[in-house]
Amino acid sequence: MSTPIDYLLHLADNAVVLGQRNAEWCGHGPILEEDMALANVSLDLIGQARLLYQRAAELMGGDATEDKLAYFRGPHEFRNYTLLELPHHGPLVGYAAADRDYATTIVRNFLYSALMVHVWDGLQQSADASLAAIAAKSLKETSYHLHHSRDWLVRMGDGTEESHARAQAAVNHLMPYTEEFWTTSPAEGAAVAAKIGIDVWALRPAWDALVNDALAEATLTRPNFHGYVTEGKIGLHSEHLSYLLGEMQGLARAHPGATW
Amino acid sequence: MSSVVDKVWATLEHLTDPEIPVVTLRELGILRDVRETAEGIEVVITPTYSGCPAMGQIEDDVRASLEQAGIAARVITQLAPAWTTDWMSDEAKEKLRAYGIAPPHRSCGGGGDVSVLKFVRRQPTEPVACPQCGSTHTVVTSEFGSTACKALYKCLDCQEPFDYFKPY
Repeated sequence: MSTPIDYLLHLADNAVVLGQRNAEWCGHGPILEEDMALANVSLDLIGQARLLYQRAAELMGGDATEDKLAYFRGPHEFRNYTLLELPHHGPLVGYAAADRDYATTIVRNFLYSALMVHVWDGLQQSADASLAAIAAKSLKETSYHLHHSRDWLVRMGDGTEESHARAQAAVNHLMPYTEEFWTTSPAEGAAVAAKIGIDVWALRPAWDALVNDALAEATLTRPNFHGYVTEGKIGLHSEHLSYLLGEMQGLARAHPGATW
Repeated sequence: MSSVVDKVWATLEHLTDPEIPVVTLRELGILRDVRETAEGIEVVITPTYSGCPAMGQIEDDVRASLEQAGIAARVITQLAPAWTTDWMSDEAKEKLRAYGIAPPHRSCGGGGDVSVLKFVRRQPTEPVACPQCGSTHTVVTSEFGSTACKALYKCLDCQEPFDYFKPY
């Protein structure tokens, strides 16, 4: 039976990369309440990532630890969806700290949490009991993330001319990256065969229904997809992941083993 | 139940949540079990939210209390069954209210049973009662409050802002 390590890393990397990205709003939120909300969402995501890395390290044995997995792997070893590493900005942004666009943040959180409520729900039946336990906790948290992001999506889309235009631009920019959800990576295929993972393709109708319903209520239009399907989950990333990891891993790499 | 197990429960009885010092770990359902095994005494705790920063402090507090009482015990963190606000005692909920935090107003059906469908359309604001004046004429300000486990509400009658401990 194949080990679920690569699959656990895919789930953990998704959570840690989005958690790190969203934490960029800490101290810079558009309003105080959203600053706190995003920090709390990041706490949940980083907490989920820690549990998943701990489980992966346990299965790997030897000297593997959650910190080594998070801080001492390079970008090509990360297995997150490309969607989650993109800056909080539309296409062609040169650097992560460009004018951050909250619509991009909200749309991404909505698209991802609309998938993950179904993924965690299904993983509660995983053959890996530890993963099933993590899924049961994560489902509760992700339900609140979905609630939060969907609420703002509707407020922005069905808001002012400016907020509508920015929400629509974010949907147009990010929706193509969700095509990566529906391809099957070797790690996902092996995890499904071992009954450790779930077949994401089977979740697509439920995800489509959630997304289409929210976009309709937000008076936004879903763009037609055509083009390249990203492959972050097999380690082929955009340039943005390296900068994100550079910031996240810098301290741990400069001072290995540091405690405080 | 052995006297050692009783002694451990008695030792940990006074330990409170680092963020909400009016409720104990046992009342919150974080302190799950004390058991005697072949390898000695085990104290079982369970995390609330996956990323709750208080969990490290809680584990340290449990260890320190045991050490102070001269009890050798292992502290075990257990994930399943997932912690739920349903485990909060009525007494704990009343203490939260008196402290100014509105307690969870509905059950989660024993945990692990979150229906995703309820999020398809926005729910009307949950009828959360203001911990100050008791009015249910309240409105949500933000889905996340001072911690991940709380939302921020405002009472439209007495105008007080307050934290609401979300059902989990």
